[in-house]
Amino acid sequence: MAEKEAKGKREKVPRQEMTEQKPEDRVRNFDEVPFGYTPEQAGLEAGRCLQCKKPKCIDGCPVEIDIPSFIQLIYDGDFIGSARKLKEQNSLPAICGRVCPQEDQCEKVCILGKKDEPVAVGRLERFAADWERAQGEVEIPLKDPPTGKRIAVVGSGPAGLTVAGDLIKKGHEVTIFEALHKTGGVLVYGIPEFRLPKAIVQAEVDYLAKIGVEINVDYVIGSIRTVDELFKEGYGAVFLGLGAGLPLFMGIPGENFCGVYSANEYLTRSNLMKAYLFPEYDTPIARGKNVVVLGAGNVSMDSARTALRLGAEKVRIVYRRSRVEMPARIEEIQRAEEEGVEFHLLTIPVRFLGDDNGWVTGMECIRMELGEPDESGRRRPIPIKGSEFIIDCDLVVVAIGAGANPLLPTTTSGLELNKRGYIVADQETGKTAKKGVWAGGDIVTGSATVILAMGAGRKAANSIHDYLMSGQKNWP
Amino acid sequence: MFKIVAKREMAERTVCEFKIEAPDIARKAEPGQFVVIRANETGERIPLTMAGTDPGAGTINIIFQVVGKTTALLRSFGEGDEIMDIIGPLGVPTHVEKLGTVICVGGGTGVAVMYPITKAYKEAGNHVIAIIGARTKDLLILEEEMKAASHDLRVTTDDGSYGHHGFVTDVLKQILDDRNDVELVVGIGPVPMMKFLCKMTKEYDVKTVVSLNPIMVDATGMCGACRVSVGGRTRFCCVDGPEFDGHQVDFDELVKRQRAYLTEEKISMDQFMGGIPE
Ligand SMILES: Cc1cc2nc3c(=O)[nH]c(=O)nc-3n(C[C@H](O)[C@H](O)[C@H](O)COP(=O)(O)OP(=O)(O)OC[C@H]3O[C@@H](n4cnc5c(N)ncnc54)[C@H](O)[C@@H]3O)c2cc1C
Ligand SMILES: Cc1cc2nc3c(=O)[nH]c(=O)nc-3n(C[C@H](O)[C@H](O)[C@H](O)COP(=O)(O)OP(=O)(O)OC[C@H]3O[C@@H](n4cnc5c(N)ncnc54)[C@H](O)[C@@H]3O)c2cc1C
Ligand code: SF4
Ligand code: SF4
Ligand code: FES
Repeated sequence: MAEKEAKGKREKVPRQEMTEQKPEDRVRNFDEVPFGYTPEQAGLEAGRCLQCKKPKCIDGCPVEIDIPSFIQLIYDGDFIGSARKLKEQNSLPAICGRVCPQEDQCEKVCILGKKDEPVAVGRLERFAADWERAQGEVEIPLKDPPTGKRIAVVGSGPAGLTVAGDLIKKGHEVTIFEALHKTGGVLVYGIPEFRLPKAIVQAEVDYLAKIGVEINVDYVIGSIRTVDELFKEGYGAVFLGLGAGLPLFMGIPGENFCGVYSANEYLTRSNLMKAYLFPEYDTPIARGKNVVVLGAGNVSMDSARTALRLGAEKVRIVYRRSRVEMPARIEEIQRAEEEGVEFHLLTIPVRFLGDDNGWVTGMECIRMELGEPDESGRRRPIPIKGSEFIIDCDLVVVAIGAGANPLLPTTTSGLELNKRGYIVADQETGKTAKKGVWAGGDIVTGSATVILAMGAGRKAANSIHDYLMSGQKNWP
Repeated sequence: MFKIVAKREMAERTVCEFKIEAPDIARKAEPGQFVVIRANETGERIPLTMAGTDPGAGTINIIFQVVGKTTALLRSFGEGDEIMDIIGPLGVPTHVEKLGTVICVGGGTGVAVMYPITKAYKEAGNHVIAIIGARTKDLLILEEEMKAASHDLRVTTDDGSYGHHGFVTDVLKQILDDRNDVELVVGIGPVPMMKFLCKMTKEYDVKTVVSLNPIMVDATGMCGACRVSVGGRTRFCCVDGPEFDGHQVDFDELVKRQRAYLTEEKISMDQFMGGIPE
């Protein structure tokens, strides 16, 4: 390993931890949990990178950030230069540095990780991006000469924001249409403030506005305008980044008791509507004392940790499989556990119980055991007969997944949908069955990740550019 | 920002009408559809039906009853003031066709929701009988408008201060007893009224449509706050409704869900009223 020898002289430095709020403090506020690296820590961590000749980490990153180069710039003390290097491939580094599942991506394949702990790529990415923002030195990129082409971007989640950013730099006119009153998609309505401060998302959106993207909030496409009307108004291409915003429920008796929330509603009230600041903000939220969250993904962890911060005394996650199958990031599970969230595994509710006012008071549950693996390769949970028991609670958050919201797809002719209602789009280009329409992110893949949505946005932006500049001939 | 171009107070200042500049929504809106309003940065998103639109002038009308913080705040706005967010048109438009005789029953501010629907049924060539009611004469709204929008208008007041002394359902019962050509009843008003009305029309086996008003948040099908049980199935009122077959609706569940935040609503309202100088 030639590259290792080159750096072998460096002192062995342990992977740098970020200082963070103590669990007993942070459950009482909505402030971000980790504080981020100091410049010294960032320098030490950057020094751990082997600067591999064949850096595996780049293959692990869905948008192929030149990881060794941005890390070298941090090592050299050129933090602004490092942020700019990051932005060559990733327009939202402050966000990805925080929410990417790095342990499954760049850091999983980091060569240093074979013998030691991998380089903390995500933390370094976050550091450089935060530094740039704090200095107020966010660079205004050179735009290509105007092309006169207009593109409509529907949805302002990570997919839509990426498409808008890429295409405006290529000289096109870009308009974002967002159904909600704030831009950012899940980044503003779903992921809580303590994990992703909303000021960071706002800064990214402000940046797009500053470089000329026209942003229309309060626009539900499919109702105020159809996709075909957008074409009539002179848009040459339409990108659909609608997300997977349809809450799924269990479909069991009593699910409509008050106090049974979908995760979307619970998190939207808290994050987007700022119900955690009620009554300063008008939107209310039920503050359960004894809360149950159904499901064990990132969304469940966010809901459970939000419930604690809203004053719950007890928060339990109820999940029908076992610990190894929990889909959430390990880091999120650990943080939830540190904060006192309890896990009830191999358990499934069969009905909700309620009082005369229609408020939930508990759940009848049944215990499960694991049988043979199912299609997903995970062992299938099977109910154990006669194991019914009651869990008392005064608030339930159902976080068992999301589907495709049919509002736009059903008002747009010519799109092809798969059997779960998601839009069919080419993996490489994002082209849909309808001429001039691209789609990407969760509305194509189902619930996935921020970085995958951005990757899909990048591919679609390139394809849209080629299509518009080549005289709009062939489809697909 | 959406500018209020005209304001009218009704029903002893408990009900208020705004005409608001919202050209894109005005162009697309159909009877039965609603908008979501967020008055200001700290505001809640609340749904209000469009009581009328003028696509030419680019305006929409909303009529709201002051029942809590947001509606009280809205009432404090005047001509020329701006509303931060208006989202729409939302919900499935009323399915209007020529059926024959249609009875439109509106109670309280339900009359405002009913008005454009009544107009649409008349324009579609139906014989429209309208029944509107209020607690007392001074709280009655849109009498002239409803008269013009129907062939036959009946008015009731609970206290007998005007029109028929009693409830809208009394008058409805009379009509159903008198004629057997009623194809459809549309009932919009407080939940107890709609529940009772549906019970009655079921006995007469007359198809009945109601417009439901559960608590909503996004109103685009994303959150599920607006779940209602219709025919034993959970539906999202904002995208599947707001109109449903009244004989299938679980009104008791709806009432309970509407009352989920009474404590918080009181805190909000008290704080708001406390902040208003005498
Ligand atoms: C609570 C939660 C936590 C998560 N945590 C993580 C994490 O830690 N790491 C990670 O990588 N991923 C995480 N994810 C997943 C990630 O957020 C999504 O995969 C990603 O946001 C998808 O991006 P998108 O652009 O496809 O859609 P979205 O972010 O869903 O944005 C879609 C936008 O389109 C708008 N829209 C929809 N329909 C219309 C219409 N008809 N007209 C106009 N606008 C419309 C919506 O209002 C929304 O703003 C999490 C998701 C949730 C819900
Ligand atoms: C589709 C639809 C159309 C409607 N059209 C009209 C209309 O044309 N005119 C009119 O006066 N009212 C209408 N309403 C009811 C109106 O939305 C509520 O009166 C309003 O939200 C009350 O808000 P508040 O803050 O003033 O009162 P609050 O004190 O917050 O609440 C008073 C009551 O209003 C209901 N309510 C509260 N918040 C919401 C919310 N976010 N969404 C829905 N209901 C809520 C609750 O049942 C509550 O008990 C409609 C409701 C729906 C769902
Ligand atoms: S974008 Fe995500 S995967 Fe790529 S380098 Fe950054 S943290 Fe790693
Ligand atoms: S991050 Fe890891 S794989 Fe990438 S260059 Fe550094 S040591 Fe090598
Ligand atoms: S209000 Fe959110 S789904 Fe209807």
